[in-house]
Amino acid sequence: MLGKEVSSTDEFVKGLWRENPVFVQVLGMCPALAVSNTAINALTMGLATTFVLLMSGMSVSALRNFIPREARIVSFICIIASFVTAVDYIIQAISLELHRSLGAFIALIVVNCLILGRAEAFASKNSLGRSVLDGLGMGVGFTVALLWIGVVREILGSGTLFGVVLFPDTFQTWTVMVLPSGGFFAMAMWLLLVNWLKEREAAAEKRTQEATS
Amino acid sequence: MNTVSPVQQPPTSAWSIYRAIVGIGALCALLIVTVYQATASRISENQERFLALAIAEVLPAAQSTVAIVLTEDGRLVEATDAPALPVFLGFDANVELVGAVVTAEGMGYQDNIRVLYAYSFDEDAIVGFKVLDSKETPGLGDRVETETHFIANFEKLDATVMPGAGTLLNSIVTVKQGEKTEAWQIDGITGATITSEAIGNILNESANTWVPVLERNSTAFRKSDMTGER
Repeated sequence: MLGKEVSSTDEFVKGLWRENPVFVQVLGMCPALAVSNTAINALTMGLATTFVLLMSGMSVSALRNFIPREARIVSFICIIASFVTAVDYIIQAISLELHRSLGAFIALIVVNCLILGRAEAFASKNSLGRSVLDGLGMGVGFTVALLWIGVVREILGSGTLFGVVLFPDTFQTWTVMVLPSGGFFAMAMWLLLVNWLKEREAAAEKRTQEATS
Repeated sequence: MNTVSPVQQPPTSAWSIYRAIVGIGALCALLIVTVYQATASRISENQERFLALAIAEVLPAAQSTVAIVLTEDGRLVEATDAPALPVFLGFDANVELVGAVVTAEGMGYQDNIRVLYAYSFDEDAIVGFKVLDSKETPGLGDRVETETHFIANFEKLDATVMPGAGTLLNSIVTVKQGEKTEAWQIDGITGATITSEAIGNILNESANTWVPVLERNSTAFRKSDMTGER
């Protein structure tokens, strides 16, 4: 009972850090680099992707015994594309401004390899409950990663955070950070930090193992 | 269910593949139609509000607007349906014509740029400007929406019609930043050369088409039947 509960939590938590889609699996780079020029864009993109990830994971998991292997890719893509279309309408209904700033990238969620990857590797083989946890975990991990990149790019590139001006007029903005190349710089910086932390973690684990043996 | 049973039983029957694809297609169609139906009215409301706010921004003097279209014989009549690039006449509280708001479109650096500008009949000039839709480079091309010296061009950008002709007296052109000497020139932005030139071209083309037509018909709208109806 307890063991099962721990592993369910793990299903959710793994997407946040150990198997973070952006910083560890390095999936979904197109939106992660393209729409992370401001924090609000990154957050919206992350939430939209989470929604599609969760809904398509649930649908694929629920229909997994109904979808034969031969038809799985076409079925998954059809399900994912339908939820993306739905998200596109929903964002337009919430705010046209937001929809304008995300441009073509909402439609491109369809081809985010993270979503098809989770449908194929996880949801099609696991129960509904586990797929929900996996989708939520991966979605939150993706959103947080995008937000981190977006926060750095917006602060340096525009001198603002969520549109709020942070610095006096004398602050010279780093325009490069809001340009596509800035996405690579911010991404590289975070990858460096995450990998360094992971290496430290692994080294510490090794030391404790040696100490105990 | 098992009406189709091939001679040699394959691992997966054709029927189950067919059933899965068609079934999922039907479910997806249902989902899309449901969401579309649920959001359609909200989306069109948003679009209308967005356009109304933009009009109020470029022509603040207008208290009410009428959408108009140009007929084939060169007359302006009230629009019955929404054209791709709508044009509006703005009236103040006394139903006096104060100006026109024109939508225009043209190629920018990345993609089409869609703009809205206001023409004042009294000043013979463009007196307001706003970018409705653009995908210009953030931090460079998109500065046409934020740069104060660039926006200042449209406080009064000369668009006088050549008397007796159907064009502007002087073409609207974008010049290099700091080199504006004439009232019909747009002071460009260094680092956003292509976008600021594109704005100049879009305005020049649209104003050459619309301003002469608006001027020719303007007397008809001042205290005319059309305004009287309102």
